[in-house]
Amino acid sequence: MSMRLPGLPVEAQPLPGALAAVHAHVSPGAVRGVCEAVRGERGRLVSLWGSDETTRAGGYALHLALALPSKLLWLSVPLPAARPEFADLSDIFPQADRMQRAARDLVGIRAVGGDDRKWLRHGAWPEDVHPLRKDFDAAKTFPQEPDRYPFVKVEGEGVHEMPVGPVHAGTIEPGHFRFSIVGEKLLRLEERLGYVHKGIEKRFESMTLEQGAKLAGRVSGDSTVAYAWAYAMAAEGATRTEPPARALALRAVMLELERIANHLGDLGYLGNDVAFSFGFFQFWRLKEELLRRQDQVFGHRYCMDCVVPGGVSRDLPPREAALLAERLDTIESESTTLKSIYEDHAGAQDRFIMTGQVVPDLAERMGLTGLAGRASGQRHDLRVDHPVTPYAQLDVRIAWHGRGDVAARVSVRFDELFESIRLVRKLLDALPQGPVRAPFARAPGERRGIGWVEGWRGDVLVALETDAMGNVHRVHPHDPSWQNWPLVERAVLGNIVPDFPLINKSFNLSYSGQDL
Amino acid sequence: MYYILKQIAKTGIVTEPAPDADAGLRLIEQRLGDAILRRFGRALAIRHVDAGSCNGCELEIHAASSPHYNLERLGIKFVASPRHADLLLVTGPVSRHMETALKRTYDATPDPKLVVAIGDCGCDGGIFGESYASCGRISNVIPVDVAVPGCPPPPRAIMQGILTAVSALRK
Repeated sequence: MSMRLPGLPVEAQPLPGALAAVHAHVSPGAVRGVCEAVRGERGRLVSLWGSDETTRAGGYALHLALALPSKLLWLSVPLPAARPEFADLSDIFPQADRMQRAARDLVGIRAVGGDDRKWLRHGAWPEDVHPLRKDFDAAKTFPQEPDRYPFVKVEGEGVHEMPVGPVHAGTIEPGHFRFSIVGEKLLRLEERLGYVHKGIEKRFESMTLEQGAKLAGRVSGDSTVAYAWAYAMAAEGATRTEPPARALALRAVMLELERIANHLGDLGYLGNDVAFSFGFFQFWRLKEELLRRQDQVFGHRYCMDCVVPGGVSRDLPPREAALLAERLDTIESESTTLKSIYEDHAGAQDRFIMTGQVVPDLAERMGLTGLAGRASGQRHDLRVDHPVTPYAQLDVRIAWHGRGDVAARVSVRFDELFESIRLVRKLLDALPQGPVRAPFARAPGERRGIGWVEGWRGDVLVALETDAMGNVHRVHPHDPSWQNWPLVERAVLGNIVPDFPLINKSFNLSYSGQDL
Repeated sequence: MYYILKQIAKTGIVTEPAPDADAGLRLIEQRLGDAILRRFGRALAIRHVDAGSCNGCELEIHAASSPHYNLERLGIKFVASPRHADLLLVTGPVSRHMETALKRTYDATPDPKLVVAIGDCGCDGGIFGESYASCGRISNVIPVDVAVPGCPPPPRAIMQGILTAVSALRK
């Protein structure tokens, strides 16, 4: 049953599962045309990855996940084994650049005409080796080589370079930032990521579909529910498993709690980073009390491994739901007080306002997504635009701001915090009755599944394919940080070095999620 | 200002008693003498190194500084450079891309120094194991005194690991 997509030169097949999604094959020669048409309709590039098909259809493949107004389009582009190349897409979708380079490092497919520098590869394996090829043994190791990454040099009178990381001054993930500065002013920032690449995608291929859920929940620990749900959605689509309605409602409760907890933590740190440590202590007290309550009712402080393919791992009895609701009442009233304290604090506002700005035009052009995107006028939220059950029934109010500075990202966090509290209450008031887990079937052969979830940081995607035996052929988890990291390079321009930690925290992007 | 003070007064003190050291967390015997431990116990400088974690452990290390745990009241604080540190708090698995950076950080830390490995991945490689991209457990790369299991270990367990590293408790 194939269908035509309005305005697009492709024949697509609907993908089974919770999400409105379709899959299509296009030839390497046609892919740019499809991308231009999608871009013309204000569609977005969600993810780009590669796969080794030498064990089945032959050759390699380029995959794109594209957000259309009403559905997700998964494009697969077969590439010949002798010349696995495609035309660079980064002039159409600038955010494709790093993903194309990662696909080259890991699978050995090349974007012709694009940036040829490596991205996820440092010195742990040689240039002609591609770990995601099927004939690559995951246990094989190579002698370490120096990274020798060709940073762009800024020259001129009074310009100097300041290298920072990978080991940072704070408790934060590792990455390298190369600042070119004049006096205190930032002329250029170049990021070098990939330090925590730990072979997640290869690891998936040695696991069963069910085991993979645990690994998905550890792609980026602060978004464990979002990843576990996206993975479960993909695995359930591939196996035609239907999770019960009560499980879906409980997943949404956990996802909104994850958003609340992370926003509380970030609001605290944003206070701390402008020397307003009162904010840190107050918000982290509220966060800790929420985490303890989650531990009590879900058995884990961050709900790790609570979302499983087929449903959720434990039910929420009414008495425990009441405990949760009671905690949210406290968080809501205390956060209301703290919000007015933040807003009235001249020192904090002086640091927040007009710092680290990404204007809406640039955000749109570069594909800024998620929370940071909404703070720069990009009104996308999967819970509103592509709602799955139970979001379709919740009437989510989107939070957004037009200024795109640190203050806007603070403001969106406050708005989403209160909205998520409202959503959890609404969900708890009307939890469907019944079981919380359906038996998880095996995939009967080659199948595709896709999951797409609005995590606290932005949209998390998991694309999954099984082989003829029903085992994992390829799993690609995608973090919204891929889209947003390049905008941090832009947001800091013209700001002073001491504001970098504040700007960086206001985005709070994942290293592990993009390094994989 | 009035509302800030009012909120502080209303909140009161939520800090809870610190956990005791647990010799069961030790991988190797205490190498430091009593005289040094008496100083470390009251003024310990920690450098955190994420050598490849999923960032779950980092959430709990942050939480250890929150009011309920308030690590700093014990004289334990995080510092910006390994050259100022007495103890490295390392999360992992150690990615191969972080192997050199971790070794250099260890070398830059002045003796006597201690290392506490945090989390299941730091203890044994966890779900990521050893591969072309991962060296596995922290002790595969640098010597580790104390290892704290958990995915992630809660803040109290992290505190306990740190306090064990600076205690005279024998293995």
